[in-house]
Amino acid sequence: MNASHLPILQVIVPLMAAPVVILLRRPNAAWALATLVTWTAFAISLALMAQVLNEGAFVYPIGGWAAPWGIEYRLDRVGALLLVIISGIGSVVMPYAKSSVEKEIPRDRVYLFYTMYLLCLTGLLGIAITGDVFNLFVFLEISSLSSYVLIALGRDRRALTAAYRYLIMGTIGATFYIIGVGLMYMATGTLNMADLATLMPSVIDQRTALAGLAFLTVGISLKLALFPLHLWLPNAYTYAPSVVTAFLAATATKVAIYMLIRIIFTVFGATHILEVLPFVQNILMVFALAGIFAASAVAMFQDNIKRMLAYSSIAQVGFIILGISMLSTLGLTGGIIHLFNHALTKCALFLAIGCVAYRVGGTRIGDMQGLGRRMPWTMAAFVVGGLSLVGVPMTVGFVSKWYLVLAALDKGLWPVAGLIVIGSLLTLIYIWRVIEAAYFQQATEDAPVVTEAPLSMLIPLWITVAASVYFGIDASRTLDIAFDASETLMRGALP
Amino acid sequence: MFGLPPETTMIAAILAPLAGALLILLTGKNPNLREAVTLITASITFALVASLYPLVMAGGTPKVILGQMLPGLELALALEPLGMLFALVASFLWIITSIYAIGYMRGHHEQNQTRFYLFFAISIAATLGVAFAGNMLTLFTFYEILTLATFPLVTHSGTPEAKRAGRVYLGILIGTSIGFQLVAVIWTWSLTGTLDFQAGGILEGKVSGAVASILLVLYVYGIGKAALMPFHKWLPAAMVAPTPVSALLHAVAVVKAGVFSVLKVIVYIFGMDFLSGDVSTDWLLYISGFTIIAASIIALRQDNLKRRLAYSTISQLSYVIMAAAILAPLSMVGAVLHIAAHALGKITLFFCAGSILVASHKTEISQLDGIGRRMPWTMAAFAIGALSMIGVPPMAGFISKWYILNGAFATENMIAVGVIIASTLLNAGYLLPIVHRAFFKKAPDESARHGEAPWPIVVALTITAALTVLMFLFPGQVLQLARLVIA
Repeated sequence: MNASHLPILQVIVPLMAAPVVILLRRPNAAWALATLVTWTAFAISLALMAQVLNEGAFVYPIGGWAAPWGIEYRLDRVGALLLVIISGIGSVVMPYAKSSVEKEIPRDRVYLFYTMYLLCLTGLLGIAITGDVFNLFVFLEISSLSSYVLIALGRDRRALTAAYRYLIMGTIGATFYIIGVGLMYMATGTLNMADLATLMPSVIDQRTALAGLAFLTVGISLKLALFPLHLWLPNAYTYAPSVVTAFLAATATKVAIYMLIRIIFTVFGATHILEVLPFVQNILMVFALAGIFAASAVAMFQDNIKRMLAYSSIAQVGFIILGISMLSTLGLTGGIIHLFNHALTKCALFLAIGCVAYRVGGTRIGDMQGLGRRMPWTMAAFVVGGLSLVGVPMTVGFVSKWYLVLAALDKGLWPVAGLIVIGSLLTLIYIWRVIEAAYFQQATEDAPVVTEAPLSMLIPLWITVAASVYFGIDASRTLDIAFDASETLMRGALP
Repeated sequence: MFGLPPETTMIAAILAPLAGALLILLTGKNPNLREAVTLITASITFALVASLYPLVMAGGTPKVILGQMLPGLELALALEPLGMLFALVASFLWIITSIYAIGYMRGHHEQNQTRFYLFFAISIAATLGVAFAGNMLTLFTFYEILTLATFPLVTHSGTPEAKRAGRVYLGILIGTSIGFQLVAVIWTWSLTGTLDFQAGGILEGKVSGAVASILLVLYVYGIGKAALMPFHKWLPAAMVAPTPVSALLHAVAVVKAGVFSVLKVIVYIFGMDFLSGDVSTDWLLYISGFTIIAASIIALRQDNLKRRLAYSTISQLSYVIMAAAILAPLSMVGAVLHIAAHALGKITLFFCAGSILVASHKTEISQLDGIGRRMPWTMAAFAIGALSMIGVPPMAGFISKWYILNGAFATENMIAVGVIIASTLLNAGYLLPIVHRAFFKKAPDESARHGEAPWPIVVALTITAALTVLMFLFPGQVLQLARLVIA
């Protein structure tokens, strides 16, 4: 394998594997291939990350056609970090998927699940690596369409309406995005991000470019579930199969946030648009804070744990956007590190709930009663994940909160710093409801007798939990990447 | 100890209880073996801590970096006299409490004993982490771990009452630490670029008096374990825990971790000189004085023995804070001494409360008429502990009060003097009637006969009562440590 072609292999390997899975058809073979491909993709991501760290950002013209005639892939630190997150989460989730999918998806559809999963993986990886806004749209559609199918595979019939709703909202988001791209193309005549970044300052005074930015921001905000554009998310996460929820919660919204970072800091970076139009920044900050509080408040009253965690995701997206909206290196570092940290933590929590769903069959708070004794490993993982979500020291959540508060204090935004810690404490309230149910309540008489989840599910779960702790104790490496990435982004130009 | 360099010894002292916790888990099926593990672990831990003592007395301050948590910010351990004293007290009393716990947990037929010993050991490890913390980030980290590790102990019984108490416990302790302390720590880092504990503080010259005053509020209230009013409710709530937990953790380790952190912040983050300058500290004096008096008055009205002792603890903790807020060297020595003196006295009182519970199943003070004749050892120890709380010689409590008063007089701080006098009367008012009731009132006729509690309990409470007297008679070593803090 020629190392110089790794960028295209990153995308093309899962893409080619998807139709092969359809041909294989047998569930075990489909699973084996999907796992192998994901692990390969992870290895490629790590290699690409190493390359970026050693040699700096680089460009890969597809088919040797240089931009602006061809499409080029561009990879810098933040993109490489996203690749590692996406393929890494995929690699952890795949071994877990085998048992979980057998239980939750009819046998004759299992191969479809793995096909769609691979397409989704392709789309997400493609978004993170491409340097072309239209190519990005294509990958966005690949990942979105496949995720609608993945969600619709849930065994609850409400999964269908949830997927349909996501389809409507997601399509509106994608349409807004492509309208935005069209307007930018009208103003500049290019679709290449680097070219856009250089041309944008000269056209930023035109309404066309501003309207483009508006459409892009709203469209992407829909995809990343920024309050109040989050309505598709709770049902989609609640009724999707456990594996799908864990995978999408850790990756899909994160990739959308990455898109927002790319548009704001790379494409529009040189125009300093957010500083010229400070209300855009304020709007993001206000919606982020509103999202943190509204979603956390709603999460406290959820009976279904998956839905509770879904609302929690909306709140955590708020934290990430809050970091970005500070428009400072520290704030952006906080946002990027929380993007990574929250992916780990939320994946762990959804995997733990997936274990509960596998054994108990439900994910309501009543189903959790007495699980502290019956599924000690699963619930211990949930406790650690929950503490990380709150932001207790020695977990990744603490590192995120540290940087977000630091960034707020650095900018002199005292009230925001206060709101961040209050927001974290709200997390404690809704997480603790689950912990109390699991440890302080006895299982009801008619509850099924359950045992611990199978090892094939526990090991992936504990890998994510261990990672949430490890990167909380030794955060300097991830923080270095996040800090360098945000410094480059703040300089507002592509490498 | 064992030929280890002091840096390694500090790490070993924190790891030993954790290793013990693992062994406790593995030997859970065999209670005798499990308790042996606890006792041996406690002894090794104390030996490790004690082996550091000569070095500190010689002025050594070993430091060790555990790892890089955030860029420029390490998890680090550093030894200094205040931490040495706290670590010595906590690790030594763990041995005594372990002996006590064996008698108590078996005598009282508690469930889930393995879990109890497991989290107890983890809590001790976290306590030593607080004592040895080399910077504010490390202290905060172990502080939070201590809160979380004690939660299963507080809610040990698993009853709805324990669940409610657990909510209050966690809500206040985590709420204040994340809501105030974390903000204060990050703010300090943002202003100064360091979180190290340095003699003379790190804030002087970097912040204005006004900002420092706000920071002080955030720190003092962020350290909810110091139980300064109005964030004190968690401590009475924690009394639902088994008595060994109340005795070691909620009279010694956890609450002392609170006042210890306050002292650390005052001495090594702000610096006494800086605080004497244009930082507003009067409010701290008033609030701690108010807490001393108010908690004592509430204690007067409690009929439940453990609750009365809990409010007494709240009051006594504020002695330490007030002594520090006087900002006189002598009263600072008194504050440090009071950490040790109150620990010995209060653990004795709690041991007695548990002893009464195990032997007679009584929890209310009004039931204790004439119990002194049936449980002479227990109630004699109780009397010694009570006298130490009041500050009567020849008990340890007298020395610390003496120094605090001296400092108050030296700075002509008449408010502090008044508070100490009033609270001494109140202490006598809520503790002596118990002793009187036990020895001089006639026991009601009852069918259930009982004698002393199981022997491990009696041994433990006799040792701590004896130590309370011994600390008065031989205060030299402790005093020297306390003087090193302000040197």
